[in-house]
Amino acid sequence: MTASILVIADHNNAQLNAVTLNTLQAAVELKAATGSAISVLVAGHQCDTVATEAAAVADVDQVIVIDDATLQNQLAESVAPAVVALTQESSYSHILSAATSFGKDLLPRVAALLDVSQISEIIEVVDAETFVRPIYAGNALATIKSSDAIKVMSVRGTAFDAVAATGGAAEQNRFSVTISNELSRFVSEEKIISERPELTSAAIIISGGRGMQSGENFPMLEKVADKLGAAVGASRAAVDAGFVANDMQVGQTGKIVAPDLYIAVGISGAIQHLAGMKDSKVIVAINKDVEAPIFGVADYGLVADLFEAVPELEQSLS
Amino acid sequence: MKVLVAIKRVVDANVKIRVKSDHSDVDLANVKMAINPFCEIAVEEAIRLKEKGVASEVIAVSVGDDRCQEQLRTALALGADRALQVKTDVAVEPLGVAKLLNAIAVKEGCDLVVLGKQSIDSDNNQTGQMLAAIGNMSQGTFASEVVCEEGQISVTREVDGGLQKLALQLPAVVTTDLRLNEPRFASLPNIMKAKRKPLAVLTPDELSVDVTPRLCTLSVVSPSEREAGVIVSNVAELVEKLKTEAGVL
Repeated sequence: MTASILVIADHNNAQLNAVTLNTLQAAVELKAATGSAISVLVAGHQCDTVATEAAAVADVDQVIVIDDATLQNQLAESVAPAVVALTQESSYSHILSAATSFGKDLLPRVAALLDVSQISEIIEVVDAETFVRPIYAGNALATIKSSDAIKVMSVRGTAFDAVAATGGAAEQNRFSVTISNELSRFVSEEKIISERPELTSAAIIISGGRGMQSGENFPMLEKVADKLGAAVGASRAAVDAGFVANDMQVGQTGKIVAPDLYIAVGISGAIQHLAGMKDSKVIVAINKDVEAPIFGVADYGLVADLFEAVPELEQSLS
Repeated sequence: MKVLVAIKRVVDANVKIRVKSDHSDVDLANVKMAINPFCEIAVEEAIRLKEKGVASEVIAVSVGDDRCQEQLRTALALGADRALQVKTDVAVEPLGVAKLLNAIAVKEGCDLVVLGKQSIDSDNNQTGQMLAAIGNMSQGTFASEVVCEEGQISVTREVDGGLQKLALQLPAVVTTDLRLNEPRFASLPNIMKAKRKPLAVLTPDELSVDVTPRLCTLSVVSPSEREAGVIVSNVAELVEKLKTEAGVL
C-alpha cells in the first residue's frame, strides 16, 4: 500500500472550519504529484456531523474519526499523540493542517513526536517534497525541499482556492486509541460572537488602525461592514492601543487575509500589517496622511479625514 | 523554580530586508540586529516572575554564533541571572533548537521555559511546541496572561475567535504573544552590571544533540511587488470606481 496524505481537519465538533477546504486544495496538488489518496482526520468529541461534512467534500478519499471525551477541546497534548498513533497504524507521506491557531499549536508537537521538521505556512506546492513559504513577514519567499520521510506542513489558507464542499462520498472509518492528558486542562474560553463573517473567509474586509483614535469609533466601520456583508479587522496598533480585541488583528502575527476587497481606514501600513493583507485582490486606503506607506500598495487611495469619509461611504452604499 | 528563557538574534523589526542577488538567502550584511521582539517579551515575563518571587533564577539561552552573545548580554541587562550560548556556526532548524533547549532544561532542572511564539525572520512558530513535545511538557502557546499557582500555571491564550484559558502542569512551556507584557528598557547601570554576569558557552555535541538540518533552502526570492494605484478625489469617485472599474461592490 502506498503512503497517503493526511489532512487534519480544523473544526469545533459541530462544523468543519471552511479553511480546511483550502488546506485540501494543497492536498489535491500533492495527490496530483504523488498519486496518493487523501485522508481527512476528524479528532474531537461527538463530532459526527463534522465527519459527515468532511466525507461529502470532493477529492476526499477517506475520513478517519477519533472520537474521545479527552479530545473535546482539542488540546495539542491530547491530539498530537492520537495523530502519532494513527501514523503508526497507516503510512503517511504528508501531514497537513491549516495555519490556524489550532494548527499552529498542534502541528509542531506532532512533527517533533515524529522527529521530523515542519514546514510552516506553505503557499505553493512545487512537487511532493518542495514547497514555497513566506519568510520575513512575506518580504521574501523561500523554496524549501524536505528530506524527511513524513512531510509535516501547515498551509496558508489564503494561498489556495477552496475545494468543493460537496460532490464527494468518502468512506468514514473510526480509529480507537487510548488517550490521556495529564499535562494540561481546559478551563474556559471567551469567544467573540459576531454576526459578521470570519476575517479569514470574508470576501470584503474593512479594517481600522490607530487613526480610529478609540474603540468607540469602530461602530462607524461596523456600519459600513454590515452594508457590504464584510468582516471588521484592525491593525496591530489599534489592538495594542486596546481599541478592539486581539482576534481582529490582521498582520504578520495576526490573521493573514486575502479578500476581494480590503478597505484600510486610518492604517499607516507598517510592514507587519502589509504582510497580513497585501495579497488582497483590491486594496482601498483611506488616510489623511498622504505620505502613509499604505498608499504604496493601495489600488485606490483616498486622502481624507476618515471621520468624514467613512460616514459618507456608508451613506453612498445605501 | 528555575525559569529558562530562549532568545534569538534576528534582523531588527524596522529593517526592510533585501534578497541576495544570487537568490541564496536574504542579505543580512551590515544590517541592524536585535533580540526577536517576541523573545524580548519572554525575557520580560521571566523577570517579572522573579520579581514576584515565583522564579528563583532566570537563565537566558541562545543558539547561534558568537554574535548572539550581544543579545544574551541584553537579556542579562534586563534582569536574567546568567546566560548560556549554544555555539553553532550553522543555522539550526526549530527541531534542533527544541532538542537543545530540552537538553538544557533537563540539565538545569528548569520547570518553566518561556519563548517567543515565533521569530520575525523565519516566521516558523514551531520551537516552543516542539520543545514541549520532546520534553513531554504541557504547552501554553500564544500567551496573553500567565499566572503561577501552586504546582501549576494558568495561561490565557490568544486563539482564533477569542481567548482560551488553560491550566498547565509543571514542567511547562509558554510561548508569548504580543500583549503578554510591555518589555522594559535596560538601564545604564544594569548594562554595565550585565558585563560581569556569567555567560557560559556549550556546543550541541556537549549536549549530545544532533542538529543536522532536514530542510534545504533551494532559493529565496522577493515577492512580486504591488504597484500603487490611483488617488481618488472623493468618496463618490471611490465608490464609482469600485463598482465599475474593480467590480468588487
